[in-house]
Amino acid sequence: MTVPIGAPGLDPAWSRFLTVPDAGGTGHRWHVLDNGVRDPRGTLLCVHGNPTWSYLWRRLLRSGPPGWRVVAPDQLGMGWSERLTGPRSLQQRVADLGDLTAALGVTGPVVTVGHDWGGVISLGWALEHRADLCGVVLTNTAVAMPAGDRGPALIRAAHLPGVRAAVTVGTPVFVRAASSLSRPPLPAAVRDALAAPYRSAARRTSVGDFVADIPFAPGHPSRPVQEAIAEGIRGLDVPALLLWGPRDPVFGERYLVDLRSRLPRAQLHRYEGASHLLPEDAPQYAEAVTRWVADLTAGPGPAAPPRTTAAGGTAGRRLWSALADRSGDDSPAVVAPGGSTVSWAQLARRVEQLAAGLAAAGVRPGARVALLVEPSPDLTAAVYAVWRAGAVIVVADKGLGFPGMRRALRGAAVDHVIGSAAGLVAARLMGLAGTRVAAGRIGSAARRALGARHTLGELEVLGRAAPVPAAPPEDADCAVLFTSGATGPAKGVVYTSAQAQAQVELVRSTYGLTAADRLVAAFAPFALLGPALGIGSAVPDVDVTAPGTLTAAALADAAAAVDATVVFASPAALRRVAATAGALTAGQRRALGAVRLLVSAGAPVPAPVLWSLRPVLPAAEAHTPYGMTEALPVTDVSLAGIEAAGTGDGVCVGRPLTGVEVQVSPLSAGAVADGPLTGRPGVSGEVCVRAAHVKDRYDALWATERAASDPPGWHRTGDVGYLDAEGRLWIEGRLAHVVTTAAGPVTPVGIEQRVEELDGVAAAAAVGVGPAGAQVLVVVVVPAGAGRRPGLRGRPALAGTGLADAVRDVARVDVAAVLVAAALPVDIRHQSKVDRRAVAEQAARVLAGARTRRRARPGRP
Amino acid sequence: MRVLVTGASGLLGRAAARRLIDRGDEVTVLQRRSAGLPCREVRGDVADPAVAARALRGQDAVLHLAAKVDVTGRWADYASANVDGTRALLAGCRTAGVGRFVYVSSPSVAHAGAALAGVGAEPADPARTRGHYSRSKAIAEREALAADAPSLAVLAVRPHLVWGPGDTQLVARVVARARAGRLPVIGSGAALIDTTYVDNAAGALVAGVDACGPVHGEALVVSNGEPRPVGEVLARLCRAAGVPGPRGRVPFPAAWLAGALAEGAWSVTRRRSTPPLTRFLAEQLATAHWFDQRRTRAALGWRPEVGLDEGFSRLAAWYGSAPVGDGRPG
Repeated sequence: MTVPIGAPGLDPAWSRFLTVPDAGGTGHRWHVLDNGVRDPRGTLLCVHGNPTWSYLWRRLLRSGPPGWRVVAPDQLGMGWSERLTGPRSLQQRVADLGDLTAALGVTGPVVTVGHDWGGVISLGWALEHRADLCGVVLTNTAVAMPAGDRGPALIRAAHLPGVRAAVTVGTPVFVRAASSLSRPPLPAAVRDALAAPYRSAARRTSVGDFVADIPFAPGHPSRPVQEAIAEGIRGLDVPALLLWGPRDPVFGERYLVDLRSRLPRAQLHRYEGASHLLPEDAPQYAEAVTRWVADLTAGPGPAAPPRTTAAGGTAGRRLWSALADRSGDDSPAVVAPGGSTVSWAQLARRVEQLAAGLAAAGVRPGARVALLVEPSPDLTAAVYAVWRAGAVIVVADKGLGFPGMRRALRGAAVDHVIGSAAGLVAARLMGLAGTRVAAGRIGSAARRALGARHTLGELEVLGRAAPVPAAPPEDADCAVLFTSGATGPAKGVVYTSAQAQAQVELVRSTYGLTAADRLVAAFAPFALLGPALGIGSAVPDVDVTAPGTLTAAALADAAAAVDATVVFASPAALRRVAATAGALTAGQRRALGAVRLLVSAGAPVPAPVLWSLRPVLPAAEAHTPYGMTEALPVTDVSLAGIEAAGTGDGVCVGRPLTGVEVQVSPLSAGAVADGPLTGRPGVSGEVCVRAAHVKDRYDALWATERAASDPPGWHRTGDVGYLDAEGRLWIEGRLAHVVTTAAGPVTPVGIEQRVEELDGVAAAAAVGVGPAGAQVLVVVVVPAGAGRRPGLRGRPALAGTGLADAVRDVARVDVAAVLVAAALPVDIRHQSKVDRRAVAEQAARVLAGARTRRRARPGRP
Repeated sequence: MRVLVTGASGLLGRAAARRLIDRGDEVTVLQRRSAGLPCREVRGDVADPAVAARALRGQDAVLHLAAKVDVTGRWADYASANVDGTRALLAGCRTAGVGRFVYVSSPSVAHAGAALAGVGAEPADPARTRGHYSRSKAIAEREALAADAPSLAVLAVRPHLVWGPGDTQLVARVVARARAGRLPVIGSGAALIDTTYVDNAAGALVAGVDACGPVHGEALVVSNGEPRPVGEVLARLCRAAGVPGPRGRVPFPAAWLAGALAEGAWSVTRRRSTPPLTRFLAEQLATAHWFDQRRTRAALGWRPEVGLDEGFSRLAAWYGSAPVGDGRPG
């Protein structure tokens, strides 16, 4: 038996054997992977679980922190270490590991890294080597059975004596099952490498013994040791990093909750889609560990400079201050679709009572409350009550789709759910934890079935007699929102109360909003802002998550309901408003005629769309802010401003707002934004923002947060753009959509704009095809009237040479191919951003030509 | 520098030799037919060791283009011209103490069938090639690179789809078929393909002769670095030649089958002419073939001088002015 030399990613030079005597004097032959760094700055001690071996850690061995030794032993009886004559207890295994590290000359500082049952053993080692320990990393493991838990069902099944012998030792089922849990599936060569040390029943004895040593029952001999470790880590004062694969059928969410309760200051990164074998499923974990360890030893870096305060400051105002100010005001605060009205006085009273009721019902400050309620006065009241109670709203909109919402809300670890009947059904289907509160009307049978402990109405009644909670501190979390998920799973974005307040103040000052204004919000995020801004608001009678359904008449009716002076809407909604303007009555036109300000948000709005709205909203000055879930707004530009800016290499989104700093991080030849931040005009790079209202952090995404907040205090937007000599920001596209040609990076938006100005072109997308660094540029054009041309359905086709020539004439860079298509795919949430990734995939397929042989299965290194 | 150019009677060999002559190198050319170039000429078969020895005496470098380029014929003829010829020259180089050997190859030595998008020069692999030409070139390239040694630097340069005025291979065949109304587009016509304008290919070969030494033991694919959909390339070639563009479409599987049948028929009947379609050609015209040029350009210190558009203009000018019969298909 030898280490499989050809195993993918395994360097045979790491492999070594040594014999180490245990406390009883018996020598044991160990196999260890060791990168052999001499005089190391520190050591990563990587401990595998059952039934894997040190091969699991090959990526850390290959690309660990510079100057660090990486040591990954095969536990005795496992991998290529010696086979044992009998079972080995947890206590012995912890001691064995200590004997081994002493023999290997491992001294501090040490960071332990543990997976599966290797997690407990690594922590046992950590507790016995406190002087050397400087950090712990854990991935998909458990240190204790949460109260009332009998252990992972799959392991429990394997624990039954007859089953265990058959499954773990007698047959390779357990060994093979472990690597079959991987998502996405592992390449066969990697699965074979993982199973290689366990080919015969004799070589699998310890696999079965390991399972038998898991102390499910209180009387189990290893139970006291396991409990001592589980309790002991509560006293660990070294930094901890938890890397988690949420699709793990062995160690589910409850084990993560347990670990976090024992290591409350631990950093967490959830790798959505990854399963139990996280080091296999999320290869990028190695990069995260390396970065985290580097940060540890770098010590506290330069603290982020204080962010500039919001324009004019927040002056001690809170999100609910306007409600308190207007608690005696009987004018409408919120007009719901269908016309039902809630006055300021009613809303203020309801929020206060509901906040008191939530607190009385056990919603603690800092608790996370998922809101699964359709836009309505109930939703508005619930949001402000949760804030007033010091808790955190968690809002995932339907645009993510059910699987996306499920991932998002489960990842956010919610403590409570407030939902309509439909919302509570969804919460049940998503398997969300937490107590349930029903919003709106719900029958008693449905209530029982959905497990609703309270209704909003009951909590209000409860709150009448309960004290109003103390106002939470300004730096406490107040909201978890989600990005669109256009580039992978939606990311949770955490705001503190002060950051949300700064956002409100920035919107107020930017648009000169006063108590004399009233707002129609046809863009979901803004539908909730009215009470915080202190202005009355109405939501049009339309599904706000399907903005393309808004008609001019529905907008006008909402405007009439509050005598609106301001309209917030998405570009898709505005296109439809312009298209349906013909159906407006004289009265509706009058209502829209009183609107002084039109704010269009969600995606850059082309000037022609704004022009087309002039007859509909004749008195409105059109503005379009630029921003993202993590920072909104960043800049703003009026229609007049767009016209004055003329054309450039991208979309002009205006100047940074007061108190908002914008700089760019220039791109390298390979389109990596690694240049130092600069505000120099004309330099193209990743747009970075610093302001009081930028998000606090990403939620449960340590590595993402670390990469996005670089340098500290700034937010990297993922957009590429440049500042012009007038201080205006131009957006050239998403960093992920930059085409990396051999001649350097090419940004898409400027090219698309110039192509879209050609006669007969309705839309265009500029994308890269080919491997990174050697891509060629392809332009996909939607001809005007393409929807009516049946020949264009299906995959894009080659454009004629006339159109190709015209596109090349305006592109300014080499265009390998021009294709025509009936439509461009757009992201589902905003229905207005072109999904260039999907366009590129289509184009690559078309330009590959005929398929002459079966495509090789994509493998992973 | 004293340079032996083999195969200088072809489009590319002539252009490369002309460049070397024009810049003042002392050039000898070796091939069966006269190349008609103002330089020393050795006529004969490169596979003949005596001929090779005579041509190689006193040379500093060899630029080896001589090859049997076709789609039909017996394997023995390809093996003799392409494999034995290369062997004879390599042996002759060692005897004569020639220090540099640039083997002119083809991207088809490394693959057959699958679409290639932005790839580099993968190792030649006779087992994966399609047709006698590619296989013989692959064998010869492997042997040439294996001969790379401190005393003999070997470099393989693989120009992809060379075309230009006077081209009897690609351009002339396309134009002849288009004129006859028998040039269909195979598949969607969207497959992205690289091509190389002849002046650029010649420039790259000269750059290869200069770089060979510091750069050695590797293969480099050469192209214009401006891939285009095959349908567009055909249309622009036809337009430059003043003939109607491609008409109609043949689905790829049908074309592949037709190619296979034609190869079979030509093989059984031992016809010496060129069949209208082969599987190799069907694949070349229906699947993507474009290459990452970064390593090539860095290694050779070379960039194409003539862009595609300029190349098509020059081709159009040549068709507009050249007298009938000068390599121009009637």
